[in-house]
Amino acid sequence: MPDFIAQWLNQNEIFTAMTIMEYWDGLVTTVHLVFLSLVIGLVVAVPLAIMRTVRNPFISGPVWLYTYLFRGTPLLIQLYIIYYGLAQIEGIQETFWWEIFREPFYPALLAFTLNTAAYTTEIIRGAIVSTPHGEIEAAKAYGMNWFLRMRRIVLPSAARRAVQAYSNEVIFMLHASAIASVVTIVDLTGAARNIYSRFYAPFDAFLFVALLYMLLTFALVFAFRKLENHLLKHQRPIGS
Amino acid sequence: MLDLKGYGPALLEGAVVTIELAFLSLALAVTLGLIGASAKLSNSRAAKWTATAYTTLIRGVPDLVMMLLFYYGGQVVVNMISDYVWEAYEIDFFFQFDPFISGVITIGLIFGAYMTETFRGAFLAVESGQIEAARAYGFTRWHTFRRIMFPQMLRHALPGVGNNWQVLLKTTALVSIIGLTDMVRVAEEAAKAERMPFHFFIPVAFVYLTLTAASELFIKWLNKRANVGVVQEG
Repeated sequence: MPDFIAQWLNQNEIFTAMTIMEYWDGLVTTVHLVFLSLVIGLVVAVPLAIMRTVRNPFISGPVWLYTYLFRGTPLLIQLYIIYYGLAQIEGIQETFWWEIFREPFYPALLAFTLNTAAYTTEIIRGAIVSTPHGEIEAAKAYGMNWFLRMRRIVLPSAARRAVQAYSNEVIFMLHASAIASVVTIVDLTGAARNIYSRFYAPFDAFLFVALLYMLLTFALVFAFRKLENHLLKHQRPIGS
Repeated sequence: MLDLKGYGPALLEGAVVTIELAFLSLALAVTLGLIGASAKLSNSRAAKWTATAYTTLIRGVPDLVMMLLFYYGGQVVVNMISDYVWEAYEIDFFFQFDPFISGVITIGLIFGAYMTETFRGAFLAVESGQIEAARAYGFTRWHTFRRIMFPQMLRHALPGVGNNWQVLLKTTALVSIIGLTDMVRVAEEAAKAERMPFHFFIPVAFVYLTLTAASELFIKWLNKRANVGVVQEG
């Protein structure tokens, strides 16, 4: 370690091994929460997006309502409704669900998952709707049934078109997850708030955590750019 | 009828605070966006670099973290400046950094970065022939900007500005976390005191829903107006 860093670490009272461990635990919680909600959200969003494109209003209508409600209200309100609301459901405290939902992590996970699934549904729907007609006609001409067409033609081609918008959603979710700290979860932001209130040092506590979020964001941007390049390889001009 | 247990007036006041916060933040964001876009499109390297650093940094940090930084850090900075001014010029001034101001500054700065990108794209979408024609008529740079670039840019910027506004409106809920008594804060207090979370949060959610739905209609109408005389595709 260079001398000046060692010296700085020795002189400061805030960034001790203990607070760095707190930040680390916060980082683990944030990554855990965001990763799980994104994965579950994506799994839920794919069938919902397909339902949303169906002509029958009894199938597409409820999905439209769901995405409209979750995209039209702040995530913070959704989190509050789920976090405070679940405990008020009559009889829940006697069931095994209470063992799960008494921890703030799970209500937050539920709120984040429902929110990201709503946005992702609309992203995938947009990509499905813009599938070139020719691709679907060709699939029909080959005698593929609806299911095969979805699986082999529509979804893979929609996935390529959805990646860019989805990468924005992932970063949005990472940033939105900071509000988990208001329901007593010690995520990255929660750790920073604890350290702020212990040392009354806003710049040290929050600038450091901002830097960590920035590193996470740029890592994600980089990974998605690689993925996009990979998925859109066939569209690159010859010779590049 | 909806019984708000006497919290009705407080909730209404909170809703007004939310709307004020949203409009002031929007004004700041649009101003910063226009400055940022001009800087990005200017020939000055320093201006370009500053604007790029601004948009990149803002997009890397969560809005809540920035808000906490400005709220808690802002007062420290104000106190330092106040001390300095007192020592240097013997002028006594004090300025309380309240949640509302921190909220406007943070939301304005964040959405200013998004607006910068929106306006940059919109300026680039104005045909270069238009600018050349203005030059040929002997317009000055400022004149070209005000009469030619700016009005035509608006049409291209509108959808992006509309999207940013919708997100901004929902971001205002965060200011309740640093203690602003907006409608989210009032609902939270009421829900805790009465132990009725659904009863208070769902009406607030509907206020947000109404605001976003009304904005959607208004933006659609603006878009239609701005595109009068332009042949639409499809």
